[in-house]
Order: sequence, then structure tokens, then C-alpha cells
Amino acid sequence: MSTHAPILAIAVPLLGGFALPLLARVHRRLRDAWALVIALFVSACAGYVASRVLSGEIWVYVLGAKNPAETLAPGGFPIRIMLTVDALSAFLGIIAGLIGPLMFLALIRFLPEEEGKTLSLTLAVLLFAGIMGMAYTGDLFNFFVFLEVTSIAACGIIGFRTWTSRAPEAAFKTMLLYALSGLFFLLGVAFLYGEYGALNLAYVSREIRGTAVDRLALALFLSGLLMKAASAPMHFWAPDAYGETPPAAAPLLVVNTQVSLYGLWRVLFTLYGGVLDRGVGWLVVALGLLTMVVAAFMALLQTDLGRLVAYGAVSQIGYMMLGVGVGLVALPGKPPYALVATQGGVFHMLNDAITVGLLFLCVAAVEWVRGTRDLRELGGLGHSLPEVGLCFLLASLALAGIPPLNGFASKILIYEGSFKLSPILTAVAILTSILLLAVFARAFQGAFLGPKVSVEKRVPWPLLLAMGILAVGLMVLGLVPGFFVEKMVGPAAEALFSRNAYLFAVLRG
Amino acid sequence: MIGNLPFVVCMILIALGLWTLLAKRNLIKLVIGMSLIESGVNLFLVTLGYVRGGIPPIYTFAPEGAPMVLPTPQALTLTSIVIAVATTALMLAFAVVIYRHKGTLDTRKIRDLRG
Repeated sequence: MSTHAPILAIAVPLLGGFALPLLARVHRRLRDAWALVIALFVSACAGYVASRVLSGEIWVYVLGAKNPAETLAPGGFPIRIMLTVDALSAFLGIIAGLIGPLMFLALIRFLPEEEGKTLSLTLAVLLFAGIMGMAYTGDLFNFFVFLEVTSIAACGIIGFRTWTSRAPEAAFKTMLLYALSGLFFLLGVAFLYGEYGALNLAYVSREIRGTAVDRLALALFLSGLLMKAASAPMHFWAPDAYGETPPAAAPLLVVNTQVSLYGLWRVLFTLYGGVLDRGVGWLVVALGLLTMVVAAFMALLQTDLGRLVAYGAVSQIGYMMLGVGVGLVALPGKPPYALVATQGGVFHMLNDAITVGLLFLCVAAVEWVRGTRDLRELGGLGHSLPEVGLCFLLASLALAGIPPLNGFASKILIYEGSFKLSPILTAVAILTSILLLAVFARAFQGAFLGPKVSVEKRVPWPLLLAMGILAVGLMVLGLVPGFFVEKMVGPAAEALFSRNAYLFAVLRG
Repeated sequence: MIGNLPFVVCMILIALGLWTLLAKRNLIKLVIGMSLIESGVNLFLVTLGYVRGGIPPIYTFAPEGAPMVLPTPQALTLTSIVIAVATTALMLAFAVVIYRHKGTLDTRKIRDLRG
């Protein structure tokens, strides 16, 4: 059983998702319990895989063969589908495994029964399966398939509230961008296949020579995955998507952008690690800065609490790109600061998932209680919902990188690493953080401060429980970051730089 | 040169699709543009696997020693076609819903979400 943990983490939600509508016919409670059980099972698998992989081993799981060595045809040509889980994949698995169950916990009470709850829960489970698949696969084409699984499932969740006019519009826009990003990725895969005749990431990585066709494929991978990760200038779908989806489901969409970003790191560090120009690193850094600044300024203009948080989420993508981008610029020499910056960027993925997840759950609570998210109408909720207000405040401070919360722990690493490359990068990042602090202070003031308003509805306890767990995680990560950096983030960042170990694990030399 | 003609055609299809996405303002036409790109990519994949004079890659009925076209790109294309159908159907469904709400398919008039 445990030897099959990586594939079970993908197969169980995939099949379980389709079983969900059947179980809903039996009983609604059974369906809700089923969704939670699946999510918890995936978390357990992700945790088990991580416990084995984070010690430095790379877990190659082969479909259709007992032993990875059996897949190699003469000449070292892998002929079976394989999952390759290294420390970074496992780290993404942990993020998804943490956010997934909490999102389902919040979602099963948040969605009203008559608004297509069964089908949207199904889509959420499928999205979860796609995310795990993207994190664990070691095959370029499988990555594309899982990318499309997440695209279709995510757009379903964004647009299923068809009685509003805004949700389908956001979903159409998002689907257009997602489909385009998937096709760019597929075209890139096709170029590489035409040149090297293989789809296995490690094999192509060993053979790659950096020809003009390879560069064209790299451009396609870059544009496709950046589009899906909501990097500027193609970020405009993200606020619509996060804003129009039921806010309790938005945390998983955020994880989806992060796992797309993970795909980009995989392509840049592992696939192209041997033939990459410094210019690509600078491009990622520049787009990262652009993303954080543009999104922070756009957040300033929002009057809808959901969209404001959404722009905050997009700006955090910029920090991850800055951190890992600095590592990419310095990839050939691998100075210590490159590792620090990469650790910051990777750590920020986890922190962002927790922080932004908590913010979206707060938005969900506000929407649940007041039925609106317009900051001009909201106010005074701090009296009746002190716990939600406290969570929102904590998450806002963490998002802006105020010590001793988790956002600070990863941002300080990004600042430290990027400062060695160029102080200008650090200055822009810090100024953006200050701007975000102002934005979220205004949002907190607008929603929670002011004269007391009477509220009839109470926030459902599963939503509060999920928020509580995220808030505790946020503080724990902020108070003892050293432990997590050493045990989880360190190996994950190191995995990006150890391309040879990755190739060796799959190709056996 | 003439052997590369299929690849050129695929790229023209993809370019036409991209141009449609950028230039057209009708939701249905956007979906058509996306379909053009999908077809271009799928054709490209199938073309990649072609071997001159090759036969279908089915071992049961193959004569001894005959060259076969590569099976992998065909499998990829099948998968990709299925995904493309799902994407197109979903986008058209959203277009229908948007039309019901707004009475128009013109993206310039559908502007609930901006900023």
C-alpha cells in the first residue's frame, strides 16, 4: 500500500471525484464525508511521500513495472510512464495536502445545497487530483494532461454560478487564458518530442542541447506557464477568477497557480538547467517585480473585498518569482545568496497558500454573514465577528511581511538573497510590501471597524475551524521558521539545484 | 523544403488562431480561434510521427519489416483532441450563459469585470 502512495494521491481523488455524484444520490451527508475523506487520504499520502523524500531521496514510481530500472530500454531510454517525486514536488504536495482538506471543510458548509453543490464539490476534488498530478509527474505530456485537468475543473468552479452574469464572464476569460497556456505548453512539448523523440523529463533534460528549436520551446513553456501562474502582464484573469468563485473555494485556485509556477521551475531548472541563459533569470525577476507592483497598485483601487484579496494574492506570486528568479540568474555559479533567495521563493509558496487561503476564508465568512463584499457597504463587523476580524488582521499583516508572522520569515530570505544581486530589487519588493500593508489596513478598516451592525447569521463552525487551523499555522511558521526552513524548504530549494541527482534517479547514470 | 510543408501549414493554422484571438471581439469567434490553434497543434503532433511510406502502428496485421508511423504522437493527439473537446464545450457553454444574461456576444459590451 505505502509503496504506491504517489499514484494513490492522484488516482484516489480522480476516481473518488467521479464517485461523488453517485454517493450524493444515497445521502448528502455521505457525499460531504466522502469529499473530506478523500482530501484527508490525499494529505496522508502527500505527508508519507514527503517524509520519505525530504531526507534527500528521489522517489521514482513507475506505472506498470515493479522496479524503475525495468523501464530503461537499451540505451537508457525510459519507456514507461513515471512519477518522479523529489523534495520540491513533495513540498508542493504538502501545500496542496494542507490547503485541500481545509478548503473542503469550509466548502461543505459554505455552498448552498440548491446551488449545484454536488457538482461543484466534484469539480473541486478533480482540481485537487490535477494539482497532485502536476506536482508528482515526471513526464512532460502527463504534466500537460494534469494542467488541463486543473484548467477545466477550475473554470467549472469559477463559472458554475450561472445565475449571476459575472461568474460565467470570469470563467470564459479564465478558460481562454488557461486553454491558450495549455496549448502553448503542448506545442513546446511537441517541439521537444520532434527533436529528441521522448517525453520523459529527465531523458529530454539529459539530451537537450540548446538549439534554436529548444529555445522556441522554452519560450512557449515560459509564456504558457506564466500565463497560468497569473504573472503580469497576463494576470488579469486571476482577480476575476478569484473574485467570482465561491470564496471558500479560492484557496485551491491559489494552490493551482503555485503548482503552475512549480512546473515553470521544473522546466527552467531541471529541463533547461544545463543550457539556460542568465537572461531568462532576469526575465523572471523583471516579470516578478512587475507582477507585485502592478497587482499592489490595482489592489489599492478595489472596492470589492474579494477582488482586493485576489490582487493581494497575485502580488505574492511576484515575490515567489523574484526569489526563485534570483536563484535562476545565479544558477551557473550557485553562490550562497542564490540558495537563500530560492529558499525564500519556495518558502513563500507555503506561506502564501496559508495567508491568502486564510484571507479568502475571511472573505467567505463576511459574504456568508452580510451577503455582500462591497467595502462601501460593509463595516462594523469586528463587534459581532471578532474572531474573523482577528484572522483577517493576522493574515493581512503576514501578507505585508510584518514580523513575527510567516510572511516575514520568507520575505526576509527573498530580501536577503535579492539584495546581493541588486539592492534595487529589494527596494521595490519592500516598498510593495508597505503598499500592501496600506491596502489591507484600509480593507480591515472598511470591513471590520466602524459602528456596530447587527447580524443575524452566524459563521458556520467548519469555516471557523478551517480559519483557526490556518491562523495557527501562520503563527507557528512565523515563530519557528528555522525548523521548517531546515526540514522542508531547504531540501526543496536544494532540489532545484541538484539536476544531476534528478537525472540519475530516473536514468540510473 | 516541400517535406516541411505540413509543418508550415500547422504553424499558419496556429498563427491564424492567435490572430483571431487578438483581433476578434465575438465570443464564438474567440472559441473558433482557440479551436484553430488546437487543430494546428494536433496536426503538428501527428505530422511529427509520420514516417515516409509508414503503415498504421498495429502489430496484428502488419506485414514483416514494414515501417510503422510512430504511435506515441497519435496517442498524444487523441488525448489532446479529447481535452480540446472538453475545453471547447465548456467555453461555448459559458458563451451561451453570457448571451442569456447580456443579449450580446460582443466582448466590448460585456464589461462587468474591469479594474
